[in-house]
Amino acid sequence: MAEEKWDSIIEPKDKLLSVDFKELWRYRDLCSLFVKRNIITQYKQTILGPVWFVVQPALTVIMYMIVFGGIAGIPTDGVPRPLFYLAGTCMWNYFSECLTKTSNTFVDNAGIFGKVYFPRLVMPIANVISNLLRFGIQFGFFVLIYVIYFFVDPTCHAHLNWYALLFPVLIAMMAGLALGFGTIISSMTTKYRDLQVLFSFIVQLWMYATPIVYPLSQTKSMFWLGIPVHKLMCLNPVTPIIETFKYGFLGAGDFVGWRWLIYSFVFMIVLLTLGIVIFNKVQKSFMDTV
Amino acid sequence: MSTAIEFNHVGKQYRLGLVSTRTLSHDLHRWWQMNILKKEDPYLRIGETNDRTKAGTSEYVWALKDIDFKVEQGDVIGIIGRNGAGKSTLLKLLSKVTGPTVGSIRARGRIGALLEVGTGFHPEMTGRENIYMNGAIMGMSKAEISKKLDEIIDFSGCERYIDTPVKRYSSGMTVRLGFAVAAHLDPEILVVDEVLAVGDAEFQKKAIGKMQDVSKGEGRTVLFVSHNMASIQNLCKTGILLETGQIKKTGLVGDVVNAYISNNLQEIGDVSHLTEFRRIGVTTKEIEFLELTRNIPFKSDSNKDIVFTAKVKRNVITVKTFQFTTLIDNVALGGTRVGMAYSQEITWPEGKNIAEFEIRIPEHHLARGKYILDVWVGQGDITSSYKYFDSVYDSLTFEIDTINGTPISEWHSYWGEGIWASKVQSL
Repeated sequence: MAEEKWDSIIEPKDKLLSVDFKELWRYRDLCSLFVKRNIITQYKQTILGPVWFVVQPALTVIMYMIVFGGIAGIPTDGVPRPLFYLAGTCMWNYFSECLTKTSNTFVDNAGIFGKVYFPRLVMPIANVISNLLRFGIQFGFFVLIYVIYFFVDPTCHAHLNWYALLFPVLIAMMAGLALGFGTIISSMTTKYRDLQVLFSFIVQLWMYATPIVYPLSQTKSMFWLGIPVHKLMCLNPVTPIIETFKYGFLGAGDFVGWRWLIYSFVFMIVLLTLGIVIFNKVQKSFMDTV
Repeated sequence: MSTAIEFNHVGKQYRLGLVSTRTLSHDLHRWWQMNILKKEDPYLRIGETNDRTKAGTSEYVWALKDIDFKVEQGDVIGIIGRNGAGKSTLLKLLSKVTGPTVGSIRARGRIGALLEVGTGFHPEMTGRENIYMNGAIMGMSKAEISKKLDEIIDFSGCERYIDTPVKRYSSGMTVRLGFAVAAHLDPEILVVDEVLAVGDAEFQKKAIGKMQDVSKGEGRTVLFVSHNMASIQNLCKTGILLETGQIKKTGLVGDVVNAYISNNLQEIGDVSHLTEFRRIGVTTKEIEFLELTRNIPFKSDSNKDIVFTAKVKRNVITVKTFQFTTLIDNVALGGTRVGMAYSQEITWPEGKNIAEFEIRIPEHHLARGKYILDVWVGQGDITSSYKYFDSVYDSLTFEIDTINGTPISEWHSYWGEGIWASKVQSL
């Protein structure tokens, strides 16, 4: 009976890459329940319910139209302003919402985590999935406005093209980036909360570093230390995703090129792997430091 | 029979105090020593055993140290010890809520931990939805829960409210629902932490009955932590006594419980000299306890007043008034506090710096049993802004017995804390 099979071995230190995906799969029911819970509880006891998901981007777009379109006069690649801003806002909202929720995983759920064990990764994954619904509704709103534009003004410069078919991949990349970055932040904030304070600020700034309220083409002729600014912008892994989305649905600007899109994808994979590894390392003892 | 759980020299170290820049410097130092110089963790060697009543010199403390035991399959083990002895930490390690610092734990079979009932209940969701949620958190699959749903609802006795949001439930109903789910969790190894001390009497009976079925009938391994010696002795065959994070005794549950009780009653003197008692969290800068004398015999008649004398020294002349608080812990319930008595505001006698006061608790209504006394002295409103001058724990022991054999009252830990009036007279 010297080396019999043990079902679980609890030891202080794990090997670096010991993410138990099998275990994660076993808890898929829990994941789907968390998704359901997140969705249900978000609009329980509200009259408008999911309509609220639409009100927020609508107001944001109106604000952008006034500030960036009206006052600052930033062009939108010839695309109607509401469509241009709405496309960017929908995508960005999904990203930032996933990111913020994921980055608070440990701090928000310390109560549950302190009482019972389940793979902690279930939580952020459920967040990313339940945010998809919210995104779906906002995207539906976008499509609605799009169709209205087509009927009202068939000459408007919005051209749907084949790149729009990349849409599911783009969403997956957004989710991956948010999950990867969020898990890293959440692992780092368990002990030192400094980052949490900094983080909300970073997300805000990040939006302006991404072509949401202005087109990437606007930076075409700019240079910084001899480097074209639009190339620097594309180093931000979110930029190629947003640009491809806008190009596919609206025909706005030029396609950023497969090279940048692949760069973004590889960036996402690396970040996600790193995030999961760090998260897995921290989840064991975070209860002592949170 | 095979081994179900095996603890191999398990230790858990905690760092005391606040997370601060000191933590960062320790972290950096640790990282430097371990990853660059390839030495062992510099902070693992230090650290003291976890005695909360004594002030330590190290920032690191071992909540559990060198825990080494095996549990055979089908055993029901009771884990006992005073508050802070490491019982909960042990269960937390086993249920994977937190990891050990050193050593390893190996287990065979699915581990189900019941550290709290109703974990993950969301107030906005209905009872039914919460059953699924709670079950899944504890590791059940949807299909498993669906199969047992009717049984769970029936056991909880909340059928009528099952499609109502849990926020409309009474606290008792929430607990029942939580326990009902937990009771139908079918792991090979069950880890239970005092959840039985909830609910009304009828439900408790049901819960204890269920626990007995689980432990007796189905050959399951159970680890049970409780302060209630009666239910421990009732449910378990073997016991483990923990003291300051270390195993003090293992063996048959009766022996272990006896060891525990006598262990807690070592000090039977009538006078307790408090100057050498180490304090925690108080400075004794203004007022300090010097001596505590029991003015009643060790074994006391239940209807007689509890009386003792506190010899107190005032270190700062500007302190004119103060209050005493007397706390009584039941030994058999593992040091569970059964009552607190606050005195009225007392004026310090003029022209003296050392004074004696008699503290009297009339009509104490304590049940038969052995008790330990804690005393505080402080100033202000006890419920909100009490300022502690000094506090001494585990200072005197006494026993309440009756002459005619019938105790005048019974007091369980789950009834909460009793509050009596105490009278203080200056001697």
